[in-house]
Amino acid sequence: MLIELKNIIKNYDNGGLITNVLRGINLEVKEGEFMAIMGPSGSGKSTLMHTIGFLDRPTSGEYLFDGIDTKDFTDDELARIRNERIGFVFQSFNLLPRTTVLDNVILPLLYSSSKKGLEQRAKNALEAVGLGERITFMSNQISGGQKQRVAIARALVCDPKVIFADEPTGNLDSKSGSTVMHILEKLNKEGRTIILVTHDINVALHAKRIVTIRDGEIISDRKVLEEERVHSKEAID
Amino acid sequence: MHNFLSEIKTTIKNLLSRKGRSFLTILGIIIGVAGVIIIISLGAGAQSLVVGQVTKLGTNLIGILPGKSNENGPPAAVFGIQIKTLSSRDINMIKDKGNIPHAVAVASFVNSNATIISGRESIDTKFVATDGTYPQVQNMEMEKGQFFTEEEANASDNVIVLGYDVAVHLFPNGNELGQIVKIKIPNNNPSITKDVGSIPFRVIGVQKKMGTAAFQNQDDQVFIPFLIGQRQLLGIDYIQSARVKVDDAINVKITIEDITRVLREQHGINNKEDDDFSVRDLADAIKLLTSITDTLSIFLSLMAGISLVVGGIGIMNIMLVTVSERTREIGLRKAIGATRKNIRNQFLFEAIVLTLSGGVVGIILGVFISYLIAIGARLAGYDWAFIVSPIAIILAVFVSIITGIIFGLYPAIKAAKLDPIVALRYE
Repeated sequence: MLIELKNIIKNYDNGGLITNVLRGINLEVKEGEFMAIMGPSGSGKSTLMHTIGFLDRPTSGEYLFDGIDTKDFTDDELARIRNERIGFVFQSFNLLPRTTVLDNVILPLLYSSSKKGLEQRAKNALEAVGLGERITFMSNQISGGQKQRVAIARALVCDPKVIFADEPTGNLDSKSGSTVMHILEKLNKEGRTIILVTHDINVALHAKRIVTIRDGEIISDRKVLEEERVHSKEAID
Repeated sequence: MHNFLSEIKTTIKNLLSRKGRSFLTILGIIIGVAGVIIIISLGAGAQSLVVGQVTKLGTNLIGILPGKSNENGPPAAVFGIQIKTLSSRDINMIKDKGNIPHAVAVASFVNSNATIISGRESIDTKFVATDGTYPQVQNMEMEKGQFFTEEEANASDNVIVLGYDVAVHLFPNGNELGQIVKIKIPNNNPSITKDVGSIPFRVIGVQKKMGTAAFQNQDDQVFIPFLIGQRQLLGIDYIQSARVKVDDAINVKITIEDITRVLREQHGINNKEDDDFSVRDLADAIKLLTSITDTLSIFLSLMAGISLVVGGIGIMNIMLVTVSERTREIGLRKAIGATRKNIRNQFLFEAIVLTLSGGVVGIILGVFISYLIAIGARLAGYDWAFIVSPIAIILAVFVSIITGIIFGLYPAIKAAKLDPIVALRYE
């Protein structure tokens, strides 16, 4: 089991006013899964993703990653897990401005322990998302769809076990969005675990499993039937 | 290595993307560092000027002046006050080898303003009446002819040695030797007690061009034998000053003690407070003058240092702005694996690059301005050395880095402490 959550609770304390964002989440994710977390805004799906992605710690509950209890990990250890085992793709790309596509993709490698062949590894990641030709472009000279593909390359470059994509198509037109989903499908086919956060059922239907969350609790967890799955036909240019 | 290089690259890129702001940010550092460099350079230049002027007269010299003075101030005679407590008998006792074993030569002085006349030409200058030992006591070289001898001086021969400027003025053709000139003391001179009219002298030598020493133009004076100057021209019986040349620098202090003892015996003085004379060596004079320039330098450097602190606060201010502007970037960096230390070092490094570049610009500016000042001082006729001490430059570099660390640390820690989720959501 890659990810195992047992009764995860997350409370936010806003000056004495306590909000229960996650109220006892139990979830298991196997390696190689393609899972979508769905739910309306405020349901706690982003908090759940942040917790699974080690950007946030649960208030209580047990989280085993790759079979190891993560409770006593220090901040530096969590940073290292984020660097080596996890890749993030955000809705708003979060590329560094005034920086080339290549340097954006190299960035995670600068924080990693193995710094051999940085450029080649970054180039390989960019090839995988079909952007091998644009490595010298500045991050603000390319289209939104290309920016998100650079972000995917950046998530890939450290060869992580899991890729978290938080509304990856939210800021894109349907064609670019379709290309991005196509890449995620391809990565999953190659064996990588993908966890997708979205409120859009048409995006969620690219995944093989949909977990729906409302008011901090999982209200459904189902397999996507092969006949209802959406497959992106959009080829990468 | 790629890590560090690309860190520098990113930092410089970030700073260059805000050129105007970066420049204004480091202006305080530039001014502070340039100020410190200029002040240290000026201090060293002024000191070299002072020391050069004083030592040009010669080394291992002891000066004897009438009138008491305390350790830290100049004697009253320096201000032109006439004190009559030093006599030829005192000087003869000092000349006695048995009393002052390390004295090589002793010269007495009286001097006064005078007009030198040659035919229709005349020049207002200064005469120095001294002993034949003068060339042994002080640095001097002859352009032509000779300085008068002990015998000529003792015989009160009417002979004269001209300073270079005086010679050129009176004898543009260069035929001074053997000519007769007249010395006339102006009536308004407070030193003279009777009007002696003018007295003729035969030119026997011309001093080589010396320029200024001890802040006086050494070429604008004439030398005559001591007794004529003292008795005939000024009509006085006391000595205005004397100088003693010591055989070796290590014997200067003991010779000062010897002279002091002899003079106290002569004047019947039992304790220090009653001294009616001052014995000083050049080292004392240099110490006095350099302590003044040192104090000034320290004071002015402190003022420039305040500018560095103000500049540092400017750096802190702008780094705080930068951190809040780049909150999302910090969030992203943390999400992809940057540790607190990585983030802290990044912003600390950026602050240091800022202050260090301010320091480098400040050093260049400071050196340039110091150079202009040195040129200006030389044009004004001073023997001013352009000195930029490597220590000052190393210090400036060091101080700029320290300023960056001190004032960059708080913003950098603030950045490092940001919660990645909050930072990523920051608009």
